[in-house]
Amino acid sequence: MTEVTELIRPEGEALDTKEVLLNLGPQHPSTHGVLRLVLELDGEYVERVDPHIGYLHRGTEKLAESFTYTQIFPLTDRLDYLCPPSNNLAFAIAVEKLLGIEAPVRAQYIRVMMAELARISGHLLITGALPMDLGAMTALLYAMREREMIMDLLEMVTGARMHTSYCRVGGVREDLPDGFVDKIREFCEIFPNRIRDYERLMEKNRVFLKRTRGIGVISAEDAIDLGLSGPNLRASGVDWDIRRDEPYEIYDRLDFNVITRGEGDCYARWQCRVDEMRESIRIIEQCVEELPDGPFQIDMPTIAFPVDKEKVHCSMEALIQHFDLSAYGFNVPKGEVYSAIEAPKGELGFYILSDGSPKPFRMKVRAPSFVNLQALFGVSNARYLADMIAVLGSLDPVMAEVDK
Amino acid sequence: MELVVALGLIAFKVALLIAVLLLLPLPLTWMERKIAGHMQQRMGPMRVGWHGLLQPMADGIKLLTKEDHIPAEADRFLFKLAPILALAPPFVVFVAIPFGETVSVLGAEITLYVSNMNVALLFVFAVIGLEVYGVIFGGWAANSKYALLGSLRTCAQMISYEIPMGFAVIGVVILAQSMSLVDIVRAQADLWNIVYQPIGFFVFFVAGLAEAQRIPFDLAEAEGDLGAGFHTEYSGIRFAFFMVSEYVIMVLVSVLVVILFFGGWNGVLIPLPPLLWFLLKVAFFVYLFMWFRFTFPRYRYDQLMTIGWKVLLPLSLANIIITGIVFS
Repeated sequence: MTEVTELIRPEGEALDTKEVLLNLGPQHPSTHGVLRLVLELDGEYVERVDPHIGYLHRGTEKLAESFTYTQIFPLTDRLDYLCPPSNNLAFAIAVEKLLGIEAPVRAQYIRVMMAELARISGHLLITGALPMDLGAMTALLYAMREREMIMDLLEMVTGARMHTSYCRVGGVREDLPDGFVDKIREFCEIFPNRIRDYERLMEKNRVFLKRTRGIGVISAEDAIDLGLSGPNLRASGVDWDIRRDEPYEIYDRLDFNVITRGEGDCYARWQCRVDEMRESIRIIEQCVEELPDGPFQIDMPTIAFPVDKEKVHCSMEALIQHFDLSAYGFNVPKGEVYSAIEAPKGELGFYILSDGSPKPFRMKVRAPSFVNLQALFGVSNARYLADMIAVLGSLDPVMAEVDK
Repeated sequence: MELVVALGLIAFKVALLIAVLLLLPLPLTWMERKIAGHMQQRMGPMRVGWHGLLQPMADGIKLLTKEDHIPAEADRFLFKLAPILALAPPFVVFVAIPFGETVSVLGAEITLYVSNMNVALLFVFAVIGLEVYGVIFGGWAANSKYALLGSLRTCAQMISYEIPMGFAVIGVVILAQSMSLVDIVRAQADLWNIVYQPIGFFVFFVAGLAEAQRIPFDLAEAEGDLGAGFHTEYSGIRFAFFMVSEYVIMVLVSVLVVILFFGGWNGVLIPLPPLLWFLLKVAFFVYLFMWFRFTFPRYRYDQLMTIGWKVLLPLSLANIIITGIVFS
């Protein structure tokens, strides 16, 4: 099955050759941001890869130490900027665990819906970007068309297209707007046909299959050893999804399949994502059906702004509390927590150490892209320069998340 | 007197050809961008002129006025020579290309070709092969690793593809008993060669794609891995030379496919002027080139070599043998 791309050297007298040091990136069309790879090339054959990261380092973790918990949400937006709602969710859940609270059910439904929309938006980009890296432009522009629909939906709910900052500790910022449910139903109806379009464009495309099938195979053992997560792990045949295995929010009430593929090659990783988009649509449909009425925010004036401002305007204590909350944030009890969710790219975890103040003493982000990027070289069988591009594309790293 | 008229006529034809070919990329780039746009659910150029018709002009002016940058470490002579070497051969080839039989202008019969060589096919292959020097020199002279890798790929690609391409047309030569392109078209008056030579056509067309360095064989300038390949360091009008060359070769390959396999200016069913038939067929193949570009990814370097040596070459050889046995 595996097409081994080992370099065959001619027997006999060796020519006097020298490796070429090629600097790929940080400005390069296929490095998905600002990844820099220093490659040692023997002709087209890659002998060694020396990745340099950090070109997009913004010190998110250090910055977080001087921000209140609510102020950190915009920072999490900028981790994996393709799917901010799930980053927000991961952080909110971590803080809620420290506080020992849980968001109301309606808020949980809304959050899950947003996170799944974000998953589709993230997967859409890679569905188009992998063929694009290999030279086929059209798939990307098709994907962008659908991504635009998701952007519109996000804008409708949150007011922002990219950096949504929609979650809050103990709920979401505001309730769903009127007409949203119809809009998202419409999207759920259209989108599966569009997925079919991408598959039709790529599935029988001989050149695409040649470039991705059997290329960059990562075995299940290697994938686990490296700590891969998300679709990259499931494409290697490991049946692991935090949404199902350690359910958070309302995922245990929902019916969805965990997509796995056995091949572990670039094509499997691509297919895994395409199929996951279908499952996400199913999840969204269920959320829309079951969406309960109720508050979208926890009723704790010390943590969340009250929905009904009447009291704030009339009662001195409520006003003070409101002022306190917006000026100083809320205190989080001493302790530490690690909490992870299944973000589009894999396991997105937040480790928070609290000293009892309104700001985290230390925050550490377990960014899935950072871990997944390790699989670029060494474990897979890809050794040609052009294969490196395919593997990089199929691993789907977002450099903002890698560099933090 | 006759000699002067004949020479004047040739000079006029050559001038016309050069003018047309130089201007050809203007409508072609517009077409390509429009086709791409409509295939990809967008409009393509819309701002400059009606539906972006003047966009190529704007691009041309932009390229003309750009800084002519030569990298400090480049071999200046070769760097300047390479775009010309890439541009000239495709133009020269058109001398041997017939666009039709004759047209009568002011009572005089004028042939629609500059020269009817009896070795036209050989001439075409000999001259078009020179184009690769432009690409190799360009990549080498720029003293950039991306450019070098791009031109190395081109070397390998050209050798792998021009051989099967050459073999693929031998079947056509056997059928027509001539190497003159005019004779080859005349021989197809009743039935096009595609009927007898489907394998030959397939090999020729695939090799032609590689010759024109279009997707799925555009490895020399694979933007996904090599930035822009051999012309990474070129800017302004020198870059435009490479682009013009690419488009002219694309047309040339389409023209050759039509002449060799699709009956040249011979029409079917609908009586149209022969020249129009010819241009329509060429336009179809040019469209096919563009269609491919927006459908396929590109092959990997070693896969491309494999196709050249292990698929196309045996196929073209088998084609020669079969044609030889059947028509001897």
